[in-house]
Amino acid sequence: MAMIATAGHAQADPHHIGVVIEHPGPAPKRIVTAYGFWIFLLSDIVMFSCFFAAYAVLAGQTAGGPKGSEIFEQRNVAIETVCLLLSSFTCGMASIAADMRNRFWFYLGMSVTCALGLIFLAIEFREFADLVARGFGPSRSAFLTAFFSLVGCHGLHVSAGVLWLLTMMAQVFAKGFRADVLRRVMCFALFWHALDIVWVGVFSVVYLLGSGA
Amino acid sequence: MLGKLDWSAIPFDQPIPLVAGAIVLVAILGVLAWVVVKGHLPYLWHEWITSVDHKRIGVMYILLASVMLLRGGSDAIMMRIQQAVAYQSQGYLPPEHYNQIFSAHGTIMIFFVAMPFVIGLMNLVVPLQLGVRDVAFPTLNSVGFWLTATGALLVNMSLVIGEFARTGWLAFPPLSELSYSPGVGVDYYAWSLQISGVGTLVAGINLVTTVLKLRTKGMNYLRMPMFCWTTLASNLLIVAAFPILTATLAMLLLDRYLGFHFFTNEAGGNVMMFMNLIWAWGHPEVYILVLPAFGIFSEVVSTFSGKALFGYRSMVLATMAICVISFMVWLHHFFTMGAGPDVNAIFGIASMIIAIPTGVKIYNWLFTMYGGRIRFATPMLWSVGFMVTFIIGGLTGVLLAVPPADFVLHNSMFLVAHFHNVIIGGVLFGAFAGFEYWFPKAFGFRLDERWGKAAFWFTFVGFFVTFMPLYIVGMLGMTRRMQHYDVAAWRPWMIVAAIGMAVLTIGVICQIVQLVVSIRNREALRDRTGDPWDGRSLEWATSSPPPVFNFAFNPDVRGEDAYWDMKARAQQQSLEHDKREYRDIEMPRNSPTGFVCAFFATIMGFALIWHIWWMVILGGLGAWATFVVFAWRDHDEYVIPAEEVAAVDRVNLEERRSLVSMAGTV
Repeated sequence: MAMIATAGHAQADPHHIGVVIEHPGPAPKRIVTAYGFWIFLLSDIVMFSCFFAAYAVLAGQTAGGPKGSEIFEQRNVAIETVCLLLSSFTCGMASIAADMRNRFWFYLGMSVTCALGLIFLAIEFREFADLVARGFGPSRSAFLTAFFSLVGCHGLHVSAGVLWLLTMMAQVFAKGFRADVLRRVMCFALFWHALDIVWVGVFSVVYLLGSGA
Repeated sequence: MLGKLDWSAIPFDQPIPLVAGAIVLVAILGVLAWVVVKGHLPYLWHEWITSVDHKRIGVMYILLASVMLLRGGSDAIMMRIQQAVAYQSQGYLPPEHYNQIFSAHGTIMIFFVAMPFVIGLMNLVVPLQLGVRDVAFPTLNSVGFWLTATGALLVNMSLVIGEFARTGWLAFPPLSELSYSPGVGVDYYAWSLQISGVGTLVAGINLVTTVLKLRTKGMNYLRMPMFCWTTLASNLLIVAAFPILTATLAMLLLDRYLGFHFFTNEAGGNVMMFMNLIWAWGHPEVYILVLPAFGIFSEVVSTFSGKALFGYRSMVLATMAICVISFMVWLHHFFTMGAGPDVNAIFGIASMIIAIPTGVKIYNWLFTMYGGRIRFATPMLWSVGFMVTFIIGGLTGVLLAVPPADFVLHNSMFLVAHFHNVIIGGVLFGAFAGFEYWFPKAFGFRLDERWGKAAFWFTFVGFFVTFMPLYIVGMLGMTRRMQHYDVAAWRPWMIVAAIGMAVLTIGVICQIVQLVVSIRNREALRDRTGDPWDGRSLEWATSSPPPVFNFAFNPDVRGEDAYWDMKARAQQQSLEHDKREYRDIEMPRNSPTGFVCAFFATIMGFALIWHIWWMVILGGLGAWATFVVFAWRDHDEYVIPAEEVAAVDRVNLEERRSLVSMAGTV
């Protein structure tokens, strides 16, 4: 690292105590981009936490409608979780392929990620459609409102992620592994992994706790 | 085809909004026609609308804020007149119109005046103070600005097409739910805030990254100017708090559009959850606004006292302490809603604790002035005026933080007086101080001092005449948001407040005159040195206005008060500077992405408000396509050749050297 400890410069600081670590100057673009995107992800997680809080507050407000344990299907959720966790792995493989500038493995990794994401979305969509058909839509009770919003918000993020994923594949196809394309691939990967972390929260707070209650 | 939109949306029966709307429309069309006829359109498009230069974007933010200040100010004038005449009568405003006015006033003043003003100043100044060429994400910066403008546009459209919320500036449910507010007012409110909120978040991410990752060589954290520190704190708060607003408004919209039950009265909805969420955003918001103002005062007080800021490190600590504590006090906004004495006591104490770091700051400014050679230029007047005003506002705030006192005073005019006291005396005075202080940096000439001082004194006196009576009527039991009243004891005070409003208005007029006069006399007021105030931080090290690349060489910072230090060593004028070799500079290219994106966002927002679903899809697709097109371009940077950099820099250098030699002969 380019950080040098100097005592010479430090005399200009009237409040100077001990050794000053000299700041080396602006960070490289890759770092700046990733850093900014991390901050965005943190803000997105704050947004999710509001929906989690709303779910925690409203989970008991069933208004005579069904409770969580009556509508959650463990098997579906297990498949969804496996899909998403696996997709995080394949997304990681695609990132490595991009770093290695290997197109074949990049396309393969991204395609599998996309397929797993779509399977996840299909299962979630079927779960939602099924609940609505049974009259347990989001306007049935505050509990269902909070459930549909929290899980749906995650689902919307996954949908946006799939759209982004396809755009990135097209970009690599058209532009190759250019520096700016690689930075975007890196941000996409961060996004996809963050969604996985949020899903772990959804899985635990909504489905695991809800099935027991 | 057009959803809920039809001719009944235009309020033909209400002359005030219609006439106001017509005047605004004529003004806009007139300006547009003038721009097109005079052939300024290409200049505007290439130099401003598509610009990704942080200085230009900062100026546009401030322009937006200034225009909206006039709009929000007109609302305020109407309210003060209404309350002055509405004793035992209906006044001149029908109740539903009055309700829209106070909701719009609050919404506009916070979201479209205070926010753009401070973000504009931060955009303009922070990269210069950090010694860098631009913010971390220049194109995104432009997107953020234009989305803010979209929100402002939507709010103003509600004046003529449809209506605005009648719910107060935070749209509390259940009043804002569909069953109590079936019109489009709340939708206008929520969508304009959602869209501009995205813009604010983008600006926040941008500035946090800029401060943390882009500082020039040697710019250690404890060498950053105070304004950079408060910018960092304020933008950290934006990043942490604005997603809460987004989520809360999304829930409200889901309730309204799809029959969800987050905050409804039936099916288990919980109204208190809205209060908790909105104030978990709303309380930090107060500090998002006032922290940058604190930073401005720190810069101004230190410059015009000719001294380094007293207690720099304690100032940094105080800033970060406020940043953290501001998140822990939201419940003091509903002490009276039955949380119980223990909870109230904890939040009351937490609220009072904020007075400690704020007090540290006030004393630091006072000690900076102590023993200094104070110059009472306009920015300094605003700063000293702030200290007097803000202390009163802070003290009444501590009073309101005492739960038993709050039980008596909450929702009264006392509260209205308190928050105007801190927001006008803190944020607006800060914004004006920053405006006067950095105007020469942005445009290359100073503002007229006489009109500036007149503006200050009228505003200062007008402020006290307007808002001190509100404290009194508050203690006499007058509640806020009153359309008319029958209590004789309140009447005289409301008339005094209306007179104060007139004085405040003269202050605003003075400021407009100041701008006009200064532009006319700009040759006489020209600042050739780039350093009109004998400044201390790096923004004064470059010319005014700065070249697009800000600095020919990345400054090498050796201590606090970087430019003061350079001047002390005469480094800028030294031969050492001449020996350095100029290099090519890469700068981000202009991009219409922000403008086009905001165009589609406007379409989408308008369509969502009126339930025109095909148009929503069109707007959404357009916004997405804009980003793909942006992502597809091949050359996002252009190169400024070394010779050009050298030529620009030499001119600046010559001006400075000639001035120094002149100073030597006098």
